[in-house]
Amino acid sequence: MSATPSNAAIEIRGVSRIYGSGENRVTALSDVFVDIRENEFFTLLGPSGCGKTTLLRLIAGFDFPTKGEILLNGEDIAPLPPFKRPVNTVFQSYALFPHMTVEENISFGLEMLGKPKGEIKARTGEMLELVHMTAMRDRAVSQISGGQQQRVALARALAPKPEVLLLDEPLSALDYKLRKEMQFELKRVQSETGITFIFVTHDQEEALTMSDRIAVMSNGEVRQIGSAREIYDRPADRFVADFIGESNFLEGTITATGENSATVALAGGTTITAALPAGQKHSGNATVVVRPEHATLGKAGTGAFDGTLEEAVYFGTDTHFHIRLETGELFIVREQNRRGGGDDVPATGQRVSVHIGPEAAQILRD
Amino acid sequence: MPSPKFDIQAQPGFSFVALFTFFALYLPIAALVVYAFNDSESLSMWGGFSTRWFVSAWNNTAVQDAAWRSVLIAVWSAVLATLAATMAALATTRSPNYRGLTFKYAMINQPLMVPEIVTAVALLIVFSRIKVWTGYSGLGYLILAHTAFCIPFAYLPIRARLESMDLTLERAAADLYATPWKTFRRVTLPLLRPGIVAGFMLAFVTSLDDVVITEFVKSGGQDTLPTYMLGQLRRETTPEINAIATVFLAVSVLIVVILFLLNRRRQ
Repeated sequence: MSATPSNAAIEIRGVSRIYGSGENRVTALSDVFVDIRENEFFTLLGPSGCGKTTLLRLIAGFDFPTKGEILLNGEDIAPLPPFKRPVNTVFQSYALFPHMTVEENISFGLEMLGKPKGEIKARTGEMLELVHMTAMRDRAVSQISGGQQQRVALARALAPKPEVLLLDEPLSALDYKLRKEMQFELKRVQSETGITFIFVTHDQEEALTMSDRIAVMSNGEVRQIGSAREIYDRPADRFVADFIGESNFLEGTITATGENSATVALAGGTTITAALPAGQKHSGNATVVVRPEHATLGKAGTGAFDGTLEEAVYFGTDTHFHIRLETGELFIVREQNRRGGGDDVPATGQRVSVHIGPEAAQILRD
Repeated sequence: MPSPKFDIQAQPGFSFVALFTFFALYLPIAALVVYAFNDSESLSMWGGFSTRWFVSAWNNTAVQDAAWRSVLIAVWSAVLATLAATMAALATTRSPNYRGLTFKYAMINQPLMVPEIVTAVALLIVFSRIKVWTGYSGLGYLILAHTAFCIPFAYLPIRARLESMDLTLERAAADLYATPWKTFRRVTLPLLRPGIVAGFMLAFVTSLDDVVITEFVKSGGQDTLPTYMLGQLRRETTPEINAIATVFLAVSVLIVVILFLLNRRRQ
């Protein structure tokens, strides 16, 4: 996590938000540091109650931090009311003004900024065009579909040309197909406008497919910040590995360390070599993570460790093998199905071996 | 349409209760309206059709005077009550829940719970003292008294409307650079309008209709239409009373219908 203050649009500096006091004290955010770069599609990802929406509300100005600074282009905006921040929000419920038309909704922000009439008209037209809603400009917002309301909400928030656009789970109310379409739309709009997007979601697939970078949050803390690939391939801790994708966890003890890797004696008695990310501890007990698709099956006695095949679940594109290890733990291997394959699939109850490539295993931060 | 398990209309005696209720509600009113067109001087003996009592009421300066005063008081007190109620509703719904909020609801709605006669006597005592001190004996007392008991009638629909309003809308306006005042003017107030109209309407009708408090608070020569009618009943009674009541009824219905239509068009 190297800070890059030169091109950071938003810098969250040690922000905490604590509600209540005494026994009712709830820490929604604790000492959060995040840098969000200019023109970036940045996602705050985490389960509900992790603090991602609180952080978004602090950036928007609907709530104020108990401690810390929020810098926008180097200036602390944390004490400003929402109407003084060049930041706009797409709300989860869209929050379109029901007594205004599509066009009036979109021009509202520009009017409040006191822009000249001609500019408002031109910019509103541009926004209608951007979200393909020009034909519906005079409709009441109650007369358009959910997907269209979503587009209007996006256009309304983009019209005043905010420095940063905040999106609070904007796709959660849409059905699957529309959601896929809108994901693509959002990416298109973001690259066309070049505005920094901060996107809040609990949907890991949404986060992985759309984001330039992701901050994974849990219990009011940022657990890891990185690209989708970094977060998936190199999860920093057990929470991230568990929350994003499927993971196998193996407990063991570090016996020797190399430059970027370490030898770990597993609880089952065998040893494996696992990647050791920079800055992590070099001795003692360690948890190793292996993604199911990064391991393969082999004949007993040939791999990193053996186990009994309990179940093979066929998923069409791939097959999940549930292997019961000596230690009693379950290890899952996912193998892609090939056309005409299946002859060499081991029978359930058979002894098999799990092969783990040199890059497949990684030691987690405690 | 799925047939409900319990159909109240299929219960024995339903038609009877329904009919009885309708008769109880509308038969006396129907009788009143019919006898307004009675040619004879009696309230109960039919003497042929005539509109002479309407003409006589129309030309009765005491009726004109009382009607005008009623409307004046109702308009002023409804306006003041709606203003106060709107502010009270905003204060009680737009601030975080705090200790004593329920108590404040009760305080605002006091006139709905305290018997009217108690308030009337209390006002009589207080106002007579103030009259002595200030020497002022105009309509102000009646307007103030009506405003006070109209506030809860204006408050309840406005608060209901505010409570059902999505707070995110105000947040969205603030997010789009609207100052708190602009947010109120452009978002809260337009969305609140149906509640305000309903509140005003209820306050207006409640004031127009009041007898007890008016009877106690009014000075000499300050009769409103209801207290004038009450006074008439104590003396000779002619179908003129019916005619006045009928017009009163028609005006009330008209106001309700107009406000309802206005409100629906704005939605």
